[in-house]
Amino acid sequence: MAKENLLEIRDLHTSFFTDHGVVRAVNGVDLDVPEGRIVGLVGESGCGKSMTARSVMGLIKSPGRIESGSIKLDGRELVGLSDRELRSVCGDDVSMIFQEPMTSLNPVLKVGRQVEEVLLVHHKASTKEEAKRLTVDMFERVGIPEAEKRMSAYPHELSGGLRQRVMIAMAMVCKPRLLIADEPTTALDVTIEAQILRLMKQLCKEHHMGILIITHNLGVVAEICDDVYVMYAGRIVENAPVFELFDHKRHPYTEGLMNAIPKIGGNPEFLSTIPGVVPNLLHVGDGCTFAGRCAHASDRCRAEMPALYEVAEHHTCRCFLAEREGQ
Amino acid sequence: MTSNGTERGQVILRAEKVTKEFKTRKKQFVHAVSDVDLSLHHGETLALVGESGCGKSTLARTLIHLLPVTSGKVFYKDQEITKMSDRDFRLIGQKMQMVFQDPYASLNPRMTVRDIIAEPLVTHKVFRTKQETTDRVLELMEKVGVPGDFLDRYPHQFSGGQRQRIGIARAIALEPEILVCDEPVSALDVSVQSQVLNLIKHLKQDMELSTLFIGHDLSVINFIADRVAVMFLGRICEVATKDELYSRPLHPYTSFLLDAIPKPDPHLRDHPRRYLSGEIPSPVHPPEGCHFHTRCPYATEQCKREVPEMKDYGGGHLAACHCIRA
Repeated sequence: MAKENLLEIRDLHTSFFTDHGVVRAVNGVDLDVPEGRIVGLVGESGCGKSMTARSVMGLIKSPGRIESGSIKLDGRELVGLSDRELRSVCGDDVSMIFQEPMTSLNPVLKVGRQVEEVLLVHHKASTKEEAKRLTVDMFERVGIPEAEKRMSAYPHELSGGLRQRVMIAMAMVCKPRLLIADEPTTALDVTIEAQILRLMKQLCKEHHMGILIITHNLGVVAEICDDVYVMYAGRIVENAPVFELFDHKRHPYTEGLMNAIPKIGGNPEFLSTIPGVVPNLLHVGDGCTFAGRCAHASDRCRAEMPALYEVAEHHTCRCFLAEREGQ
Repeated sequence: MTSNGTERGQVILRAEKVTKEFKTRKKQFVHAVSDVDLSLHHGETLALVGESGCGKSTLARTLIHLLPVTSGKVFYKDQEITKMSDRDFRLIGQKMQMVFQDPYASLNPRMTVRDIIAEPLVTHKVFRTKQETTDRVLELMEKVGVPGDFLDRYPHQFSGGQRQRIGIARAIALEPEILVCDEPVSALDVSVQSQVLNLIKHLKQDMELSTLFIGHDLSVINFIADRVAVMFLGRICEVATKDELYSRPLHPYTSFLLDAIPKPDPHLRDHPRRYLSGEIPSPVHPPEGCHFHTRCPYATEQCKREVPEMKDYGGGHLAACHCIRA
């Protein structure tokens, strides 16, 4: 995996300073997205996966801020740049797809116009005619039927699947080098989800794009990701290439998650569960954040946060159980 | 727990040619449910699966008298309930309860947990004293796994999973026979989802509930259901026991659905898959003939003209498709 890292996040800390205390939403995250690979960031709601993505895009709003760490796009540091500088550095090279396609499109503008505008703003098209041609082209690429006609539709006239495809067309039209997709298929039906995932895979191959996909669905991860990061309570707890992760998962949380999903073919009387709930990030102690829900937790786990130990090539795990093999 | 001696396997709720249309402001009709026949047997979990907008929630609601039907009949045991007034339905209504999808919207934010769970008990005047009611509420909370100390807390103080447990406690307060669960775990995280699914399965066994479980996630349904009915655009296209449906799907739509689920195993990713193209047609102008023909790769001229009838392919495996050779 000597591929160049398009995106390199090192020791990122993003915190929210609320009236009730400091919430460390992203607490020392390291993450790489190489060119031409699809990287999955998995975790349950509130684990900080969306905040990691938003930190990259400079979308952290008060009372939150990036406290420390580094985010490098193609070697250029993004942390500390003003909004304006950030736009010029990553405006053309990074796009983001959000979960809810209804709230991310402007309801009073025709969808064609919204995509054309992106092209014009980023100087990827010099005339309106050219922008229109590129937009129709992109609509066809992402599988919008009757693309020319749909150009003049308003968002509410389109189904969820079509709206999400408009969002993808908008994100793709400038041919970004990095695409960040935050739960891109969660709001969609399975048959549409399958279409969208296939499309993202194709686009990644053709344009040699790096894709960071944020999801809670391990099925989506198994389907399209090359590398996976599992996140829990603001920290990465396990990281490995996708086959390694599914075949040799090491962290008790990863294992719990995988066992908790009902699988077709298996016929268990009852599902295995992870007891308890995700800890409140306002009150986390010094120990491992998963210790309260972990069957293997020892006194050491409750007192001390384990580091990320390397358990195999490209496979790291934040658990004392993995420490021994790591040495 | 069954008070009036229905036996396992008997039909407890039955729909006969149920049709439900909604009138839009533009005076058009949304054909949400068309000509559906379906029965729920005592003690079973019947799952209704389909993509959003296929009419599964509407069908479930017409079955338990939450929505009037446009035409057709619904029977509870041998009694027709379709035309009953709300007043007459009251007694039967106690036997049918519902758990809703969104645990954030389905609990009144200004009521305490005690009041939420006690509401059906108070409405139906089950107990005479407050103490008795509180005791029952505590018993129910224990049953669904919410600590009794939280009696006087408000919904916002709970996580999604716990709220869903509270919604379940409210639904089982009157010891219903029929429980309708409308996507009860789609808003929950995986680790919590499995807890709630286990709870529903436990309750079903303990209380001999007949459950109608609405969902879109076929892996969840594989875990919870005994029988599955697949819906597409207002019609049921296949009904079978769980094992039959997953191992031998007959209707093309069912096999496409099964194919489309992302499987949590990367080794399966390169298996050849078939993709369903196109969008779900509008229920305002559903296509002639078989509703699925616009997306179906096997569609023939006959499919475009004639609505396929539901046929039995053995052992209660029903499917409605012109193209099945069996």
